[in-house]
Order: sequence, then C-alpha cells, then structure tokens
Amino acid sequence: MLEDLILTVLMTSVPLVYAATGELVVERSGVLNLGVEGMMLMGAVAAFGVAMVSGSLVLGVMAGAIAGMLTASLFGILVLGFATNQVATGLALTIFGTGLSGLAGAPLIGKAIEGLPQISLPVLSDLPLVGKLVFSHDLLAYGAVAMVAVVAYFLKRSRAGLVLRAIGDNHDSAHALGYPVLGVRFAAVLFGGFMAGIGGAYLPLMLTPHWAEGMTAGRGWISLALVVFASWMPWRVLVGALIFGGITIMQLAGQAEGWTVPSQFLSMLPYLATIIVLVLISRNRDFALANSPACLGRAFRPGK
Amino acid sequence: MNGSSRPTTPSQGTPLLAATGICKRFGDFTANDEVGFEIAAGEIHALLGENGAGKSTFVKMVYGLLQPDSGQIMWRGEPVTIRSPQHARDLGIGMVFQHFSLFQALTVAENIALALPPGESLEDLSARVRKMSAEYGIGVDPEARIHNLSVGEQQRVEIVRCLLQDPSLLIMDEPTSVLTPQETEQLFDVLRRFSKAGVAILFISHKLEEIRALTQRATVLRRGRNIGTVKSASRSSKQLAEMMVGTSVGDIDRQARPSDGTVALFAVTGLDRAPETPFATPLRGLSFAARAGEVLGVAGIAGNGQDELMEALTGEWTGRSHGVITIDGQCITREGPSRRRQLGIGFVPEERNGHAAVPGMTLSDNALLTAHSLGSMVDRGVIRNSVTRQMAAEVASAFDVRLPQENPMASALSGGNLQKFVVGREISRRPQVFIVSQPTWGVDVGAALFIRRAMLELAASGSAVIMISQDLEEIFAISHRVAVLHDGAISAPMVTADTTAETIGLLMGGSVPLDNAGAGKGDAA
Repeated sequence: MLEDLILTVLMTSVPLVYAATGELVVERSGVLNLGVEGMMLMGAVAAFGVAMVSGSLVLGVMAGAIAGMLTASLFGILVLGFATNQVATGLALTIFGTGLSGLAGAPLIGKAIEGLPQISLPVLSDLPLVGKLVFSHDLLAYGAVAMVAVVAYFLKRSRAGLVLRAIGDNHDSAHALGYPVLGVRFAAVLFGGFMAGIGGAYLPLMLTPHWAEGMTAGRGWISLALVVFASWMPWRVLVGALIFGGITIMQLAGQAEGWTVPSQFLSMLPYLATIIVLVLISRNRDFALANSPACLGRAFRPGK
Repeated sequence: MNGSSRPTTPSQGTPLLAATGICKRFGDFTANDEVGFEIAAGEIHALLGENGAGKSTFVKMVYGLLQPDSGQIMWRGEPVTIRSPQHARDLGIGMVFQHFSLFQALTVAENIALALPPGESLEDLSARVRKMSAEYGIGVDPEARIHNLSVGEQQRVEIVRCLLQDPSLLIMDEPTSVLTPQETEQLFDVLRRFSKAGVAILFISHKLEEIRALTQRATVLRRGRNIGTVKSASRSSKQLAEMMVGTSVGDIDRQARPSDGTVALFAVTGLDRAPETPFATPLRGLSFAARAGEVLGVAGIAGNGQDELMEALTGEWTGRSHGVITIDGQCITREGPSRRRQLGIGFVPEERNGHAAVPGMTLSDNALLTAHSLGSMVDRGVIRNSVTRQMAAEVASAFDVRLPQENPMASALSGGNLQKFVVGREISRRPQVFIVSQPTWGVDVGAALFIRRAMLELAASGSAVIMISQDLEEIFAISHRVAVLHDGAISAPMVTADTTAETIGLLMGGSVPLDNAGAGKGDAA
C-alpha cells in the first residue's frame, strides 16, 4: 500500500520535473514565460491525438514535445522579436493554449489508450524495499532525472551554460561582449516549450490514459512556483517536485480513505503550499537576490 | 597627480588608429558629425566633452557596437570595418565601460572567461589572472563573486579582463568617476605602465585635472563635432572647459560660512538602520546638523550608505531607529515625505528618472507630485491644471529648463534639463532645508554650474542645504563644511576651506578612521 502510494507520488512528480526544469533554463536566460500551463496543454492534446491515431506512444511523446516547442516559439517571437511585455504575453499564451487545446481535443474526449510499457529490470526490480520504487518506472520517469542532471551539468560546467547564465544576469554586458542575447534566449524558450510539451504529454499518456479539457489542472503554475522554490537550481527542482507531487496524492488518498475534510480543501493544498513557499522565499531576500537571474522579465532591445 | 614620467610626444609614423569624417545619426539627431581622431601606439589620449557631445557614440563605433553612417576607420594604416565587439577584440581593441559590464552573480574567473575565446579551463584561467595581478600590482581574486566586490575592485576586474586579451588599444570610459583620489592615483600608475609597454589608451573623462595629469593629448568634442586636438598640459583646466562648453565658464562664489554659533536648523542624532537586503549598508549612529545659511557636503564613495541615509532624511523610510531627526527643534522622525515637505523641507533624490520625476508624465503633473500636500494645486480632490501648468512653466523659465514643446513629458528632457527642473521645482518654493543627492550627476557643465549657483543662493537666503555627493570637486566648490560617509558611519563635519582633498579621500577610502576627522574643528554645532 505504502509502496504503491510512493510510486504514485513519483509518477505525479514527473510532469512537474519536466516543465519546471525547462522553465528553469528559460528563466536563467532572463525570460519569464508564464505560459507553461498553455504549453503543457498543447503538448498533452497533441501527444494524445497522435498516440491514438498512430498507436505509438513514442510518436505521441515526440508530438507533445513539438507542440510545446511550437507554442513556445510563438511566445519567443512576440517577446524577443517584438519585445512585448513578458508577463502579459505569457498569460496570453496560457489562455491561448487552454482554448486551442480544448478545441483540438474535443473529438478525443472519451477515448482511451494504453500507457507506456514500464521497464521492469529483472532482478533489480525484485530487490526488497527499493527494488520496485527505483527500478520499475516508465522511460519518461528516468528521462526526467536524466534531464535534471544534464541541465545541472550544462549550467554549471559548460561554456554555453555560462553564456546563458551571463545573459540572464546582465543582457547589456553580454551584448557588449558580443554574445547573441536574443538567439540564446530564443533557444532557451524553445527548450522550455520542448520540456513543457513532454511534461504535458505525460499526463494523458501515462498518468490518466484519456484526454480531458484543461487536464493539466494548474500543474503549469505549480511548475513555475517550483522554479522559484528551487531558487533556480536544477537538483532542487527534483526535491520540490516530489513535495508538490506528494501533496497532490495526499489529497486523492484522503478522499479514498474517506477523510471528512472536503475534497475541495484538499485540492487547494498544492496551491496553498505554493503560496507559503513563495512567502517564505521572498521573506529571505538575501537568498532570493543572490540566486535569481537579475534580468528576469526585462525586455532586451539591441542597439539601444 | 603629476605626470612626471610620461613621454612628451607621441611616436611618429603611422597612427595606431585613425578615424576620418565619421558621421552617425539617430533619427534627426546627429551624434557624430565629421569626427576625426588619431591615436599612436603607447599614447594616452583623452576624449573630452560634455554629456551628449558624442564621446560614447564615437567609441562605440571604434569598439564595433555601432556602425558609422559614413567615414573611414584605419587600423595600423589599413582601412577596416569593425563589425562587432568580437571583431574589435580580435584586432586588439579592448574597452572598460563606465557602467561596469560585469556579471554580478558570476565569479571573477567566469566573468573573464566570457570575454576570452573558448577552450581554456577555468582553473588555468584563474592561474593566469593571479599571475597578471601580481605582475601589475592589481589585486584581484579569481574565485570571488562580483557582487561581493567594491566598485574599485570591480573596475580592476574589468581592467584585468581587458588586458588578458592583450590589446594594443585600451578604451576607458570615465574610469575614475567611482574611485577615491588614492584609487585614481593607483589606476594612473597602472595605466602609465601599460603605456610604457606600448599600449595606447583612449581615456574618456570630463575631469579636467585628471586629463592634464595623465594624458599627452586631448581631443575635444562638442555637439558631435571635433573642436580640436591639443596637448593636454599646454592648456589650463579652464581653457579645456571652455573648449568643451563653447562659451566662457563662470566661476562660483561661495558666500561666507555662517559663524560656528549659528543655530542648527536641521539635526540628525544617533540615526541607525539595519540592512534590509544583502546589498544594503547599515547606518551606524549617524549624527550631524546643518546650520542656516550653509551648504553641508556629505562626501563618500557610492554604496557607503548614501541611499539609506537619503531615504531616512526624506521620510521614505521611517522604520525602527533609535535616532531622532529634527527641523527647527521639531521632531520629524516618524513623519513621511508629505508632512516633511509641509514643514519646509525640499528633497531631490539621486535618480532623476523614476524617483525624482516620473518619465511618462508631463512636467506639470510632476510638479503636482511633490507639491500636492502644500495646498493651492488641488481643490476638493480635483487637480487645478492651470495652477500646475503655471508652476511648471515658472520653474522652467526661472531655472533655464529648455523645453522641446509646451509642458512636455519628463522623458523628453535631456538629463541636464530634467535635473534643473527637479531641483528648480524644490528650490523655487524656498524650502527652509534643502536635501539633495548627487545634484549634478551626469549633467553637462553648464547645467551643473547653474544648479550649484542655485543651491548657494538658497543657502545665502538663510536656508540649510545638505548635499550628498561623490564628486569631490563639487564638494570643494560649494560646500562650507564637509562630513564623510564611510561604511554607514559619518565623520564630524569639517570646514571645507581648512581641509584638503587628500584628507577627505583617506576618510572616504577608510584608511583613516572617521573619528580622526577634523580633530574637533568646526564641530561646534
């Protein structure tokens, strides 16, 4: 029972890890994309549609990633090409993604598909205690951890990662040194869309094998909060995702156990936790200031 | 600051860099108009001019950040088109910016790595930085994070970063504006050493004494045009200033200092303030008083508590403090800015755009913003536009604010004009106490002169003026007494005429403790 519960928590965290790790890279480059929710929904509907038609989950995931990137490219063109306000554009992107995915997904409602085959490593997954918890997930779950590791290494150790951090810290200086600020940011935004798309694809393909309008149910927003919670450090995203995932599951488990607490109250918990975390972090300004990308949300206009 | 060991004539032959007929327009504004300029290897050459004279535009073209509309740049005798900063660095042109181009969240080594071609590990680079800083006596720790460094240290990082690229031409944009006199002298020593090693240095400044001490030749720009190139030492500061401004520059007469017995009009006692952010400076028991009829200068390098002090004086911050602030004996420690204005205090904070004035509002609305609590402008909650417009127009005419149109947006004014407006807006109400931070920061010589005269006239009419300034020339030009702010503590005020820039500089840099200041002189208030 407990093992199953933990497994469910892990699975719930996977989409959060993808979306938040992508957004973390975007924000480290100095761009605030509030459209994560919209990109996830676009990824989810594309993944579900393609997987159903083609019968291939791999194609489904790829379609989700591409849909996320396309949605993000719209954001990138507006925010970077036309220097529009990032907050307003991001909010618009979420509303746009919610609407378009609902429209495109209307014929898919009520259909069902099979989930990705889980990789059961023989021997390893039979190990007592940890075996099932560590070694019996789907590929995407392992991919999530791998992506965190890759992003952490990229940001900390690679030259390209250093350039990306520098652009997020001071875009004027980076420009003066001759680095392509808008190019790097556009690439980061596309990567954010790619990751949000995969995170979205995970929902209808793995978690609940059907499509429902607005099925991300605020996970995009939680991912955004998660980036702040993680203070822009990749490994902390993993920890935060588990905590937020745990809260979500507690709510479902509570309903199954017949707790007398209204389920609406439990549904609030992830958001409540988000707010508490945001308050805690902003109280510790020392920490927030030293770690947050200084150019976050500021438009860059070259030549001025 | 004597330039004893410099070569007196630049080397003959082909200049390292020669620009002819450079033009650059932004819309219908001509930033550079047929500018010609030459610098020889190993020469230290000043580029001199007021704000907006086109100095920055010119060097940005030399550094590849902008492209000229027409004209020719020759590098080592060959015509070149400098396409980008990267291209400029490949040619051997390095630049240290006025506003530092460092990345605050990164380490020194990471910052330097970003300016160098890829391929070198951070560890190797750190070793090279250590070697270079030992060689030239520039103390820099490659592992330190930039936001923990002082401004002077950050500048050294910029210089090391440039030098590791082994440039033949080093462009320095107003490098001394953030340094103490002692740090400036150290910088000049380093620059002279490079010059001896054959590096040409293009030194942008408007501090005339420095230009005369350091550079061999000076090229003067005025309104985008080259006014002439002269041997720096052959002209007096006043002559150079007149070349810059185009008209003769008047002197300022500082009126007699009010006697030591004069009553203190505005007094601060034991003001302290805990830091609210990691970058804030705590205030440590500040006490000082300004007398009627005097200009009290508060000297200090940026980041030593000026912002925190200013907020406490204006009433923007009225948090927990044991200190007491009084005007004419009345305690105002807990009062906000509006109440303090009603009691006869005028303020002008450092930042013109967004703090002293709202850029996107008209001058009349900006006039309303600081005077709304004083009556006459608002009638039962409705703004009386005719009154605010009239007030703005009066300030503009009395303070020589040049308006592009009637009642323009604040953002339509140049820095000097807007500064004259925000200072004039306060002074025209004849405040009993006038508190101003960096009154002439980044404004042209003419406007600076006007503002300084206006402050002196206000003091002469019996008000107390408190001027927080980083500009020692300014402090010595108009303040009657000067106190030094260092690391959130303040020295006793000293009579300006009885002290020297060196004494003040040592206090500013922290190498002499503040309680040694003035040895009790002029501290009778």
